[in-house]
Amino acid sequence: MSKPKVAFYWCASCGGCEEAVVDLAEDVLTVVDAVDIAFWPVALDFKRSDVEAMADGELAATFINGAIRSSEQEEMAELLRRKSQTVVAFGSCAHTGGIPGLANLYTIESILDRVYRDTPSTVNEEGTLPQAETTVPEGILTLPVMDATVRTLDQAIEVDYYLPGCPPPVDLIRAAVMALVEGKLPAKGAVLAPDVALCDECPRAATKPEKLLLKGFKRPQEILIDVETCLLAQGLLCLGPATRSGCGAPCISGNMPCTGCMGPTSRVVDYGAKALSALASLLDSNDEDEIVDMVERVVDPVGTFYRYSLPASLMHRRVEPAGQPGGGPSA
Amino acid sequence: MTREFTIDPITRLEGHGKIQIFLNDAGEVDRAYLQVPELRGFEKFAEGRRAEDMPQITSRICGVCPTAHHMASTKALDDLYKVEAPASAKKIRELIYSTFFVEDHALHFFFLGGPDFIVGPTAPKAERNILGVLGKVGLEIGKEVIGLRKQLRELISLAGGKVIHPVFGLPGGVSRPLKAEDIEKFKAGAAHAVEFGKFCLKVFGDIVLANAAYVDMITSDAYTHRTYYMGMVDAGNKVNFYDGDIRVVDPEGREYVKFSGGDYLGHVAEHVEPWSYMKFCYLKNVGWKGFSEGGESGIYSVAPLARLNVSDGMATPVAQEAYEQFFSTLGGKPVHHTLANHWARVIELVYAAERMAELASDPEIASPDVRTIPTATPKEGVGVVEAPRGTLFHHYATNERGLITKANLIVATQGNAARTAMSVDKAARSMIKGGEIDEGMLNQVEMAFRAYDPCHGCATHTLPGQMPLIVEVRDAGGELVSELRRD
Repeated sequence: MSKPKVAFYWCASCGGCEEAVVDLAEDVLTVVDAVDIAFWPVALDFKRSDVEAMADGELAATFINGAIRSSEQEEMAELLRRKSQTVVAFGSCAHTGGIPGLANLYTIESILDRVYRDTPSTVNEEGTLPQAETTVPEGILTLPVMDATVRTLDQAIEVDYYLPGCPPPVDLIRAAVMALVEGKLPAKGAVLAPDVALCDECPRAATKPEKLLLKGFKRPQEILIDVETCLLAQGLLCLGPATRSGCGAPCISGNMPCTGCMGPTSRVVDYGAKALSALASLLDSNDEDEIVDMVERVVDPVGTFYRYSLPASLMHRRVEPAGQPGGGPSA
Repeated sequence: MTREFTIDPITRLEGHGKIQIFLNDAGEVDRAYLQVPELRGFEKFAEGRRAEDMPQITSRICGVCPTAHHMASTKALDDLYKVEAPASAKKIRELIYSTFFVEDHALHFFFLGGPDFIVGPTAPKAERNILGVLGKVGLEIGKEVIGLRKQLRELISLAGGKVIHPVFGLPGGVSRPLKAEDIEKFKAGAAHAVEFGKFCLKVFGDIVLANAAYVDMITSDAYTHRTYYMGMVDAGNKVNFYDGDIRVVDPEGREYVKFSGGDYLGHVAEHVEPWSYMKFCYLKNVGWKGFSEGGESGIYSVAPLARLNVSDGMATPVAQEAYEQFFSTLGGKPVHHTLANHWARVIELVYAAERMAELASDPEIASPDVRTIPTATPKEGVGVVEAPRGTLFHHYATNERGLITKANLIVATQGNAARTAMSVDKAARSMIKGGEIDEGMLNQVEMAFRAYDPCHGCATHTLPGQMPLIVEVRDAGGELVSELRRD
């Protein structure tokens, strides 16, 4: 029997997901043995025309990382969808939009204006912006145009499975590939990670009080962080209660709070709303003024609760108030 | 009639870096353009974020060098809160950073740039990749490279939480002290890295320097530009990646200016072209004079060659010896040969490994005192480090609650953007004559830009592997008259 063909592809991403795959390949040659990598532009020399020449469904599975921000990315995702029996959204950006998805807080115009005209080191008296087409003395140069918003992969194409994380943990990548090879994938639409909250696998779980109540949240630079005690119990905004496990809690081992890159468990529609309510329930007060004060201490709710998931959220993007192009900081 | 070539180094559809070559009627190169077709807008969506989240947010600019952004951002937070990290915390940061440098430079030397020299610039394409490198140096060495990379990346995880997007940086220190057993692992990793660095020097000497044709190529005019250079130096003007002043030398090698990172706006400016999403850095007080070299043009260069050019030496013994050999072999300072970046990168790898060993053995590294709690009201801060690919600037302004109101980021690759564009143009002019192109020529054009280890907008994903090249020749009407694929 021939080995199943697998493809890897990137869209708007940082390269960290590719590094995670490289980290996997180092110690799991069994994966490489089990599949035939048919397309992986970052590491192997294949072309779009090779993919176009494939029969529909010829690829057993394609792993796509990165969010969708341009027509080129969308076209490629659609092409790979046709050629693949299974598409896996790989990593936070493909899954829920990721950190680049925070760009949905601002219009494309305000982003271009800031980067090319407003930054203090930029000298641009004529206000030049990158153009889709530029006539130079020798000919015409073209650039892709960015979409108005950042989208998740499943907002562009149909997705069968999700591998969460920024980047996905190596153990989960390995397990997903092996499940694919062995035909042991769960029901379509599943997130290929344990369906419990991070607190359940946290190495500090024993130090989390049975009933945790807080008089407000602290910021990490404000306290000396104990290396053994539950970070929530220390007053830090740790998103462990709302976040899916499976990462092995490396940020907690680094003595910093969970920021939610693994996304929600299956019972949650909107990760940020869930995280917000989970943490709000910890606040120990019945006094309205005191509660307002506690909530105001959470100075950047969007960047805190929707850091990796704004495009996937019910909001998707921020609508800028009339007369305020570019808007201001969200808090 | 103008003919047009497109070299897209990643793939034709998704090029995060694209080379466009225009030919004139005589088939000579009119001009080659290097374009970067992507922007993600971190400088804008940073607005409104908590300052302390910036080290983790900006690391997502690049998953290949997240530690560099994390570190520059953390130093910007120190400055923002006007807080001094304890000496132990600074040493832990530099230990992590040195470990990262060894790993990152090794990746480039063997996987990305190495094939050009170790296998050879004119070798068949099928051999000009990591497998070809292993064929030349032996499979055992390949296992060694992979093993070292794994070991060093695990060390970064131990100290920094995660290796891809670490979490250790806080204003005034690091998030946790090192455990005694982790320090022992760092010592072992450092010893391994030092031996590996010496081996890399030997490989470079045996394969590249011993080959007169390679040395001729390095020093050939096609790969030479006389520009300014920028890099970070310590108090003794030795190369430093983590901290120090920024020193700039002119094309004659004389110190042009030395400034502290916080004063960068007085010295560094960015130029915008409508045909690329990447901005081009230049020296503000010399000025933007277009894509031209020499002392009248503000274009400068960063990264390994630049760092060696601006410094008076390396702070560790084996690297210092290699530094002296470097300049004596290549005719003294400054060296203007772009391809010498590969050698300079190996010398830096050795320095980073030796520095790692020094820090891992420093008794202070074990101190539990790794934090200073900031008390000042935040307002504005600048953090600068040397990323593997050059000087990296993070600059934040905040409100009194520590929310970002403005962010300015100058990534390392931008420091080389203008010179890289000139290198690609010059190599194209040198290699392509009379409209004749072949694969070897294209590779040599590509080599001009690969020497910089470019990470365009820190988003080109230049990872291990063969970069496909597709060249299309079109006539003035846009008709495809011939096509060459390197695949």
